[in-house]
Amino acid sequence: MFGLSLSSVFGSSVAHKLRDLNWPLLFLIATVASIGFAMLYSVADGHLDPWAKNQMTRFAVGCAILVFVALVDIRIWMSLAYPAYAVALMLLVAVDLFGHIGMGAQRWIKIGGLSIQPSELMKITLVLALARYFHGVKAENVSRLLTLLPALALIGVPFALVVVQPDLGTGMLLALGGSGLLFVAGLSWRIIFAVLAMAGAAIPVAWGFLHDYQKRRVFTFLDPSLDPLGAGYHITQSKIAFGSGGVFGKGFMQGTQSHLNFLPEKQTDFIFTMFSEEFGLIGAVTLLMLYWMILAYGLSIALRSRNHFGRLVAFGVLMTFLLYILINTSMVMGLIPVVGVPLPLVSYGGTAMLTLMFGFGLLMCVHVHRNAEIPRYKGLLL
Amino acid sequence: MDWRDNTRYAVFTRRTALVGFGTTAFFAGLVARMYKLQVTDAAQYAELAEENRVSVRLLAPPRGRIVDRFGLELAANRQNFRAILVPEQADDPLKVLDRFFKLVPRFADERDRVLKEIARNRKFMPATIAENLSWEEFAAINFYAPDLPGVQPDVGHTRDYPYGPDLAHVVGYVAKVAENDMEDDPLLRLPGFRIGKSGIERTIDKPLRGKAGASRVEVNAYGRVIRELQRNDGTPGDDAVLTLDMDIQSFATRRVQGESASVVVMDIHSGDIYALVSSPGFDPNLFNVGISRTDWKELIENPFKPLTNKVIQGQYPPGSTFKPVTALAALAHGVASPTETVFCSSVMTLGNHQFHCWKKGGHGSVNLKLGIKYSCDIYFYEMARRLGVDKIADMANRMGLGEDYGIELPNVKDGNVPTSGWKLATTGVSWQQGETLITGIGQGYLLATPLQLAVMTARLSNGGKKVVPHLLRSVGSKTFNNPHPEELGIDPDHLARVMDGMNAVSNEVGGTAFGSRIADLGELTIAGKTGTAQVRRISMAERDKGVMKNEDLPWIQRDHALFVAFAPMIAPQYAICVVVEHGGGGSKVASPIARDIMRETLMRDPARRPALAPIASREPTSQEG
Repeated sequence: MFGLSLSSVFGSSVAHKLRDLNWPLLFLIATVASIGFAMLYSVADGHLDPWAKNQMTRFAVGCAILVFVALVDIRIWMSLAYPAYAVALMLLVAVDLFGHIGMGAQRWIKIGGLSIQPSELMKITLVLALARYFHGVKAENVSRLLTLLPALALIGVPFALVVVQPDLGTGMLLALGGSGLLFVAGLSWRIIFAVLAMAGAAIPVAWGFLHDYQKRRVFTFLDPSLDPLGAGYHITQSKIAFGSGGVFGKGFMQGTQSHLNFLPEKQTDFIFTMFSEEFGLIGAVTLLMLYWMILAYGLSIALRSRNHFGRLVAFGVLMTFLLYILINTSMVMGLIPVVGVPLPLVSYGGTAMLTLMFGFGLLMCVHVHRNAEIPRYKGLLL
Repeated sequence: MDWRDNTRYAVFTRRTALVGFGTTAFFAGLVARMYKLQVTDAAQYAELAEENRVSVRLLAPPRGRIVDRFGLELAANRQNFRAILVPEQADDPLKVLDRFFKLVPRFADERDRVLKEIARNRKFMPATIAENLSWEEFAAINFYAPDLPGVQPDVGHTRDYPYGPDLAHVVGYVAKVAENDMEDDPLLRLPGFRIGKSGIERTIDKPLRGKAGASRVEVNAYGRVIRELQRNDGTPGDDAVLTLDMDIQSFATRRVQGESASVVVMDIHSGDIYALVSSPGFDPNLFNVGISRTDWKELIENPFKPLTNKVIQGQYPPGSTFKPVTALAALAHGVASPTETVFCSSVMTLGNHQFHCWKKGGHGSVNLKLGIKYSCDIYFYEMARRLGVDKIADMANRMGLGEDYGIELPNVKDGNVPTSGWKLATTGVSWQQGETLITGIGQGYLLATPLQLAVMTARLSNGGKKVVPHLLRSVGSKTFNNPHPEELGIDPDHLARVMDGMNAVSNEVGGTAFGSRIADLGELTIAGKTGTAQVRRISMAERDKGVMKNEDLPWIQRDHALFVAFAPMIAPQYAICVVVEHGGGGSKVASPIARDIMRETLMRDPARRPALAPIASREPTSQEG
């Protein structure tokens, strides 16, 4: 990038692109994030510290990243896809070898005083790399073994590295997100069904590889009364918080389950529960509607792109976003076992926020460069 | 754009649409789930959330006070100065404790217990580090509070017995609830709650206890109280008014100090007990705070048995104090006239047994009055012989022996009034006539408590009415009285003859208690009967050598000294019984004590002073919040 001029990075006029940003989408994103600020303010019993203020700062930084990412020419992102993937992969290896252990898993690595979570980085770079890969694949070749193997390796290697950390949640996000891309890239239904059947058969085998605490989570999910004071307690209390919120909720900062600490992790994983307790069914449905609108906007962006790379990137980003929402909301409502996945844009957490905003930047970038036509063979050598 | 791109665009569009539909369906599923939680099951979850949030804490109501007949507090609730440590407020609980115990070193033994309690509980749970602090200690802790972060001076309430040992046997004491005291009342499960374990505290424990109040508080997940939502202080316990006159009680206690003795003073008409002393007493406050092992051992091993209420639990042969009953029986059954004389030569022979009078050389000719006055054994042996045991027993029962009267104290003993049937039933051996003779002078199988002897004296001096003793005037607004005791059907002339004999005992030269008469209150004189209860059998060998003097015997083998009396002679009002265990002779030991206490009673004359009206229940206080 060093030899390139500003105009070669951003393409035509920056001002023109700025005007072309999808402002309604950004507005929706900001609305959801603001709900997050309000809840973090409530968690702290009416104080901006320690969560709301930090989160606002991060969101502001995230917005800057979003705009920057959106303005960079989509072809540059395309050409950076593989190198970025390679860097993320090396960091994942490094984290497995010398990473810091936090919360029982090696997830963090320090580079020059900066703590990075390579698995987060991988969420973006995997989308880029897979999009880049399938951009160059003809429709009829998608389901061929020789075409599929590299794609499966792109997904499988980081998945394996993340799972040994161990971080099953992120691993599942990577695998499901990657599979989603394979699906829209045109994987044949025959293979899809065959794999689903095999996966079903493999569940007992995979069970053997789960850690004890992961197995316990599944058992507790199946029967919360097994562990009424441990993980089952969290789910039970979460359901109580939901249910007691009723239709209209207990009111802002009035949630008894959350404020009296019956609800765990309410600034992160269980923030949706707290929101539903304080704003009731009406609030919760409203938030889900906002998410749905972001997804609808995003998918329409994907559909309107005139380059395959852009479509796949947009879809991949939205897929990751969707998975966050689905896993988190199902988990707090007791529909799936407890996994540490935050509610996107709302839960407190810097890394997830920045990753998401980078992803939305790419989505914007696809929108801004929707009319760029990139030949299938272009950039194959880079 | 070539046709192949079109193909893959078409696939992408189809499948994206599919994902879109799937997403929408999933969102619809989430909304359905939320509908189930937040609408269908909302009420149930709201209840669960409320259960989480609200905790009900019981509040102990103040225990009712116990006062004497003039309103003097005998059992009250006093402030208990305590120090409490909240570990989370102390930067270093260990250091704070060390500093605290340096300030009040007498609690240093508690250190380990406090540390254990702190380790066991959550950091915000207060631990009591010292209780019953003196005012000086409490002030010191307040003064040094800045150096003792986390230590909170606190004022609680505890039962207090200002008269301590003087009333231990009447008022009793409260102590921690034991496993077998458990019943439905939730108050009993309250940590630190005390219930009545003995005396009046035990008899009327329930009304004294009151009704539990409740405080509804909001708690967080760790049990920390956030705020009080509602409070109901409950109903305070009822106040109880006793029949006691604390001044007489105190006087009597001082008078028998150092002895193992019983004193009862009662009203012969109403049955009000003015004084009930069992000496030695013990400090009831010890039981309230939790008695130490050394204190307990001392009480248990004391030969004077301070834990026994001898007035109702001590059963003694009444000895010569019983002779008025034998006399009444003889008159009632017409086996003797008041003027008929019996010759006392000091010995009476029945079959091949010899029965001795206490006086060597005998009394010569004695009639009923002289028999009582000199306490002549031969006279009463003869009366008993003429009566037979069952007629004596009948009169004894009418005079109140062998009964517990339902007196408001726990563990009352009945004594024993033997009959021929009773002996056959319990021992399988038939009654011997010799046993009738010794029953006639109050020995043998006959047993009575000091309270029964006081009632006996009351019934013979109140005109033969079946007066019943009691200790409670009122509990709350409920009054107990027994205004018109029924007649026992005893000829008043017979009663007058016996009373005349008792007057001679105290007020005529030669009477066995003439030395202990009341001579300085004008018309107000005492009339009584001495008694000596043998603790050991006197063998023939000893009798030949000369009976050993009581003072030469070991304490435990000495005779019990008894004295019963009523006063004033002109218009009787009070009856008294004094028993001094192993005190020696009744006339020498018991009657001076009785004289002093009766003199005090006559001077105070509690029966003629207005007593306290019943104390109506205090209004329950409650506030909503």
